[in-house]
Amino acid sequence: MEIRLLLLFMIFAAAVAVEIEDLLSSVIAVGAVGLGLSLVFLILKAPDLAITQLVVEILCLIILIRATLKKDLPLIKDGRWLFNTVSTLVFIVSFLIFGYFALKELPRFGTPIMRVAGEYIEQGLPKTGAANIVASIILDFRGYDTLGEATILFTAVMGVLAVIRKVGRINEE
Amino acid sequence: MKNKEVGMTLIVKTITRLTVGLILLYGIYIVLHGHLSPGGGFAGGVIIALSFIHLMLAFGRETALKKLSQAQASVLESLGAIMFLTIALLGLLGGYFFFNFFLHKGKPFALFSAGIIPLCNIAICLKVGAGLFAIFAALVLFKGLDEEK
Amino acid sequence: MSEYILCFILFCIGLYAVLRKRNIIKIIIGLGIIEYAVNLFFVLIGYRTHGRAPILAKDQNILNMVDPLPQALVLTSIVIGLAVTALLVTIAIRIYEKYGTFDITKIKRLKG
Repeated sequence: MEIRLLLLFMIFAAAVAVEIEDLLSSVIAVGAVGLGLSLVFLILKAPDLAITQLVVEILCLIILIRATLKKDLPLIKDGRWLFNTVSTLVFIVSFLIFGYFALKELPRFGTPIMRVAGEYIEQGLPKTGAANIVASIILDFRGYDTLGEATILFTAVMGVLAVIRKVGRINEE
Repeated sequence: MKNKEVGMTLIVKTITRLTVGLILLYGIYIVLHGHLSPGGGFAGGVIIALSFIHLMLAFGRETALKKLSQAQASVLESLGAIMFLTIALLGLLGGYFFFNFFLHKGKPFALFSAGIIPLCNIAICLKVGAGLFAIFAALVLFKGLDEEK
Repeated sequence: MSEYILCFILFCIGLYAVLRKRNIIKIIIGLGIIEYAVNLFFVLIGYRTHGRAPILAKDQNILNMVDPLPQALVLTSIVIGLAVTALLVTIAIRIYEKYGTFDITKIKRLKG
């Protein structure tokens, strides 16, 4: 019940973020969506994810506001906008219909099939000695994925520092 | 010409002086207890980066860069990545990649337990924290936009 | 079942923003909303009614835990989403410096 209310709030905030014209207001609305998501993670009994989502959301907001400060643009639509909008809406509605038929094959909400996770829960404490099972999964049972994630972060930092460099090729224009 | 106030107002500066050390301490606590309670390396690393970013936003960029310059942040990030890789490769001695090579895993629910997991948490925290601070310092220092428009 | 449908509707709102908006910052916001919806879907699948958080306590034998495997995957995904958003914003700032606008219909000059 609380999950559905929070999801409705997130959908409303996302619709506000997409449609509003002022860029600063839409960034603040995205912050509201992320905050609602952190609360939903807490209700779904995932405390690791709630902490991480909250702090990552704050950092994402700071970076987005840095990009949009003092650059407020109104959005205008012209050209073949009727055909484009109608075809996008038709695609989205057909996607939702097929999604509904696909979601009926999943098990009911609240009854997961835990085939792999059953072994992780039983053998987590004897094999690794950690009380936090999620930490023992990401650092011991599936440590290779964490190595890939560290590589992605490193590449992103190098990419940002390379793009923002001031000295580059001087183009004659 | 030197009357330009950098950073934010006096209220923000006073509160920042009081709380920035506590935020750093909280981040270190979350990293060190990653195997006993929720948190871990990623959340703790982001919190530590946020404490330095708080300093930079409230006092201007020179004060924050004196505490942790961009070259030091790059060195810390690479150190974290190398530490993580070393711990992973040392597992090759025992059999396979990422082998938990402490044979005696310690008492459960104690602070010094769980083999390599606390060391991996510290390596990830260094990497994530220093990397995110380097991203933010580069984005804020980029002065090509606000001076011309 | 209705929670899954609401999660898909959130995904579609983000998809609409990516497809139909002209401002680059709106496209980046749409991508962020798509990320939130996908992470939420993963964690919704692994939920058990009246389950407990996947952390062991000192002298309790906990039988009904929620699924910890999707939570481990989503933890990585959240931080990757932050890195991708930071890179996108950097490229958007560079585009603004070169072209003077955020409008994507005007960024079509190919040097030839």
